[in-house]
Amino acid sequence: MKLIENVSHDVKRDFGQGVSRRGFLHGALVGGVFVLSARFIPEPLWAAEGEAAAPPFEPSLWMSIASDGTVTIVAHRSEMGCGSRTALPLVVADELDADWSKVKIEQAIGDPKYGEQDTDGSHSVRSNFDLMRQVGATGRVMLISAAAAQWGVSPKDCTTEPHFVVHRASGRKLGYGEVAAAAAKLPVPKKEDVALKERSQWRYIGKESNSLFDLPEIVTGTAIFGMDATMPGMVFASVEHPPVLGQKVKSYDDKDALKVPGVQKTLTIDVFKPPHLFQPLGGVAVIADNTWAAFKGRKSLKIEWDSSPNSVYNSGPYRKILEATSRKPCKLVRNVGDVDAAFAQSSKAGGKIIEAEYYAPHLAHASMEPPVAVAEYRDGKVLAWAPTQNPQAVQETIAGVLGIKKEDVTCHVTLLGGGFGRKSKPDQVAEAAVLSKQVGKPVKVVWSREDDIHFDFFHSVAAMYMKAAIGADGKPTAWLMRTVYPPIGSTFDVSAVYADDEMGLGWNNLPFDIPNHRAENGPADYHVRIGWLRSVANIYHAFAIHSFADELAHNAHKDSVQYLLELIGSPRIVALDLKGDEAEDAKNYPLDTARLRRVVEMVAEKSGWGKGSTGKGRGFGIAAHRSFLTYVATVVEVEIDSRGQVHIPNVWTALDAGTVVSPDNVRNQFEGAAVFGTSLALFGEITATNGVIDQSNFNNYQVTRMNRAPRHVDVQIVKSDAPPAGVGEPGVPPFAPALYNAVFAATGKRVRELPLSKTKLA
Amino acid sequence: MVRFKLNGKEKAFDGDPDMPLLWYLRDIAQLTGTKFGCGMALCGACTVHQNGAAIRSCSTPMKEVGGSDITTIEGIAPMHPVQTAWMEIRVPQCGYCQTGQIMQAIAFLKENKNPSDQDIDVAMAGNLCRCGTYQRIRAAIHEAAKLQAKETA
Repeated sequence: MKLIENVSHDVKRDFGQGVSRRGFLHGALVGGVFVLSARFIPEPLWAAEGEAAAPPFEPSLWMSIASDGTVTIVAHRSEMGCGSRTALPLVVADELDADWSKVKIEQAIGDPKYGEQDTDGSHSVRSNFDLMRQVGATGRVMLISAAAAQWGVSPKDCTTEPHFVVHRASGRKLGYGEVAAAAAKLPVPKKEDVALKERSQWRYIGKESNSLFDLPEIVTGTAIFGMDATMPGMVFASVEHPPVLGQKVKSYDDKDALKVPGVQKTLTIDVFKPPHLFQPLGGVAVIADNTWAAFKGRKSLKIEWDSSPNSVYNSGPYRKILEATSRKPCKLVRNVGDVDAAFAQSSKAGGKIIEAEYYAPHLAHASMEPPVAVAEYRDGKVLAWAPTQNPQAVQETIAGVLGIKKEDVTCHVTLLGGGFGRKSKPDQVAEAAVLSKQVGKPVKVVWSREDDIHFDFFHSVAAMYMKAAIGADGKPTAWLMRTVYPPIGSTFDVSAVYADDEMGLGWNNLPFDIPNHRAENGPADYHVRIGWLRSVANIYHAFAIHSFADELAHNAHKDSVQYLLELIGSPRIVALDLKGDEAEDAKNYPLDTARLRRVVEMVAEKSGWGKGSTGKGRGFGIAAHRSFLTYVATVVEVEIDSRGQVHIPNVWTALDAGTVVSPDNVRNQFEGAAVFGTSLALFGEITATNGVIDQSNFNNYQVTRMNRAPRHVDVQIVKSDAPPAGVGEPGVPPFAPALYNAVFAATGKRVRELPLSKTKLA
Repeated sequence: MVRFKLNGKEKAFDGDPDMPLLWYLRDIAQLTGTKFGCGMALCGACTVHQNGAAIRSCSTPMKEVGGSDITTIEGIAPMHPVQTAWMEIRVPQCGYCQTGQIMQAIAFLKENKNPSDQDIDVAMAGNLCRCGTYQRIRAAIHEAAKLQAKETA
């Protein structure tokens, strides 16, 4: 009932203003304004309202069935291209035994009643799979009960086929819509009285036929992204942000800006109060009749900025600081055995010690849709439409900045034109709300590509130091690794210098069978906003670990795949010392080297490892990395031409993500991860000079184009009954080290820094 | 006053002649299928047709639009074989760049009815997809070429 009430309320408040939502509503626009009429949610199926002991499990929150049989399923996760807006409703529909063609998806607003809504960490399916199954299965039980009562038979004698309850003996049928009203009056059955389907009975989960719900709207251009959201009477804003993090506007001259046709006025936005969280950066906003006028007006602003301690930030010297830190003992993250004793013993015995240092620069997300949002402040309340990964963070951020209650911020979620972690941080939505309060009208804030790249929450720059003692068999007897970078924690705590929250991303869980192992993390100060980017710290952690593993293989004169399997060791559950969420995850998702070995063996076989010729500009490389609880092994083939340009004819990836909802979409994610990996391995680099970011658009921050992308990406999915794991991110981490290892095989050159464009190969 | 045709209909525009066609389409004509990605003709998200040829609307000022026929994704009658192929191959992830990709592909396939992989790479290199759906875009263009050949056969 809650959902229905809230939606109706929002309909009056939002849709009365003509907010365009045709993307979600499949053409159900009436006179340009969608009216959420009886057609979609006429009668709630679930009658939880008013019941004294309402169960905490509320199916009515997640779905409803109309008398015409239309099933409406709520998607509470954001859709940024990973497919969760389709996958979770598919799970509900499967257990409900619904006909997918009669399913509508309603995108949830931000509200804690849905639980956590931050679409990040590749966990939408993993964290909601069981719940969505239960929602659907509960509905099915109630529909069966209602139909059985109507027929005067036992529910046990009834079953379902898509969208119908069937009485087995007589063959009588009742459509879901016909029994919805009666089912709504029944009590919600207890969890133990609701049987889930057997896996063999699934109609949608794991099926090749699944495709994105929004596919038709996407290809016809009717899908509504954040860039496309409008509110009647809205004005457009473009914000000149402080070039250096933390700078304030000292003074500004808007005389010329105001002469630009269409420019209405200029306004200032206060600089954030530290920690910056997701607050607006501050600056000067140009308010105009349209986006172009706002952009053009901004070019004529003359602004004098205050100073900021972050203007000391220069990427070259900063790298040296990180590297110096990594060469000294740092904070202990994980310890196995005694590396110091093993190194000492190895030295005494004249054993080989190998050291190597790796470096990775900042990256920008550069999703195709730059940050954008439309918001209206009215009577102490805010209504926002945004392409956000985290609508509850929108509520919190706007509430914090404007000093209003979180409940008084309503955030609708559009489709996201890419996210990759950037859109978990809603600073631009807060800008729209702040400006709307000043202007007294709805405001649409549009960031240019230059804004997007200059003012990102950057993927961290990182330095890694690796050291191994090599035994007589060529395998390491000791493995020490240190990682140093400004942590994401600095976004939330100005004093944070250690990356405690990133250690689970490939640093405290090395799956190798090495008797003495120590992982460490060194401190680093931040000078720009640091944030999550698709697969996060796994990128540089996997780069260092798997480049180093390949170096050791070469040193031991062993085949890279054979050596990797030796490092992984025998099938076992790796003992890890984990806390909090990671410890919880480890219960259901232990680190199982049998699964890691399997993807390595699979990808080796599929790629014909060892059969192709290498050297003379052609080579194969491998890396295997588990992230977001998914096991991934990737082989990259490179060809390096006479000019030293790298071509990637083939990529093979094998993955074990446990139970998979939409296999074709999972393949698409991993194909895309190879392209994303190509971008960061070949081109990606963000640098700062005196605190100002040097890159600005796709000319100087290159991302992969079709002609440089891997020519063919083969993705193999391990068939598994294990619980679902992540699919959006895990394809990324093994790519860069596999590529670099291939470059080594092709050229004999061991490159230890990202991106490859900084190293001459010819 | 700039006069031109937009999706077959006569239009007149008397605003800032420097305004890029993209922002006219999005903010004034309210045709939002054409996307903003870079503003510098570097990404192709804003691709539309001018007299049948693919152009970047973000870098085409209104003063250069006069007298021409502009077609946006909204002016393509669904399902065009390119759109059908995009559906069949299940190309999109986030989908934001895909209307630009589709407009580029439609114009390209008019010129080259049976393209090789390399032809496609050259024709599509100006259209970025950060999700990385290039392999599927290439497959969909081959598929669309087949569908079009069937239509005309």
